Amino acid sequence: MPSVAIRPAQASDLTAVSALDQRETGVAKPDYWREMLGPDRHFLVAETDNGELAGFIAGEIRAWEFGQPAAGWVFAIQIDPAQRLHGVGTALFDTLVERFKAAGVTRVRTLVDRKDHLILSFFRAQGMVAGPSLQLDKDLS
Amino acid sequence: MKLQTATRLGLYAILELARDPERTLSAADLAQQFGVSTHHLAKVLRVLGTAGLVRGGRGATGGYRFIGNRKRTTLMDVVALFEPAPGQHAKEPGEETDIGRSLQRVLMEIDEIAEATLRSISLETMLMPRR
Repeated sequence: MPSVAIRPAQASDLTAVSALDQRETGVAKPDYWREMLGPDRHFLVAETDNGELAGFIAGEIRAWEFGQPAAGWVFAIQIDPAQRLHGVGTALFDTLVERFKAAGVTRVRTLVDRKDHLILSFFRAQGMVAGPSLQLDKDLS
Repeated sequence: MKLQTATRLGLYAILELARDPERTLSAADLAQQFGVSTHHLAKVLRVLGTAGLVRGGRGATGGYRFIGNRKRTTLMDVVALFEPAPGQHAKEPGEETDIGRSLQRVLMEIDEIAEATLRSISLETMLMPRR
């Protein structure tokens, strides 16, 4: 196991979470991360021994979303590139899954850009496979 | 999805060898395991060897072993050695018509999803016990 501690995110984590996300995605969305602190959300951070942010994961349990019974959804996961390949992502995922299971759901889901092979590979390595839904999309411009 | 026989044998062979990189298996060993001809499997192993995924195979009974990186090699890396790249095929009659182009868009969509799936699964993921 990595030498990181997994704990629920707090308001004091938002600056570091936003900064890590912006570094990796190129988009600043501080309001989105603040909303993730809401009571229905599962928002976890991984902290190094030095108290630095190593990564985070955010999700929620949703029932009857797109006609499907309750499942835990992973909305976002991000690991500091310097901390990758040490099991931080797996530790965050496993902790989130335990929380979903404790809340009574038996499935975990996510949506991934099909060209994002890094994150697709990560979820595959966690044992995830194609789900029952097919995402459809239309350009409205 | 239908894979060519060589592709399927390539995946079987690489996964069997990657299961234990210390172990050496001959084309005959692998051919017997998968119920195909040694000649066919030897050809597939040569392709895997040229790609730097396996080493060995001197003489008819020479053994092969896996020398790639299980975490970094995906199913797509192996499939791409044997199958034409998605969307890369000779023009077929009718493709330049409206209907032909519409059909091509659907087939490209299927290819893209298949490629994303194959590219996201490493040999390591394939070989790990189901979680």
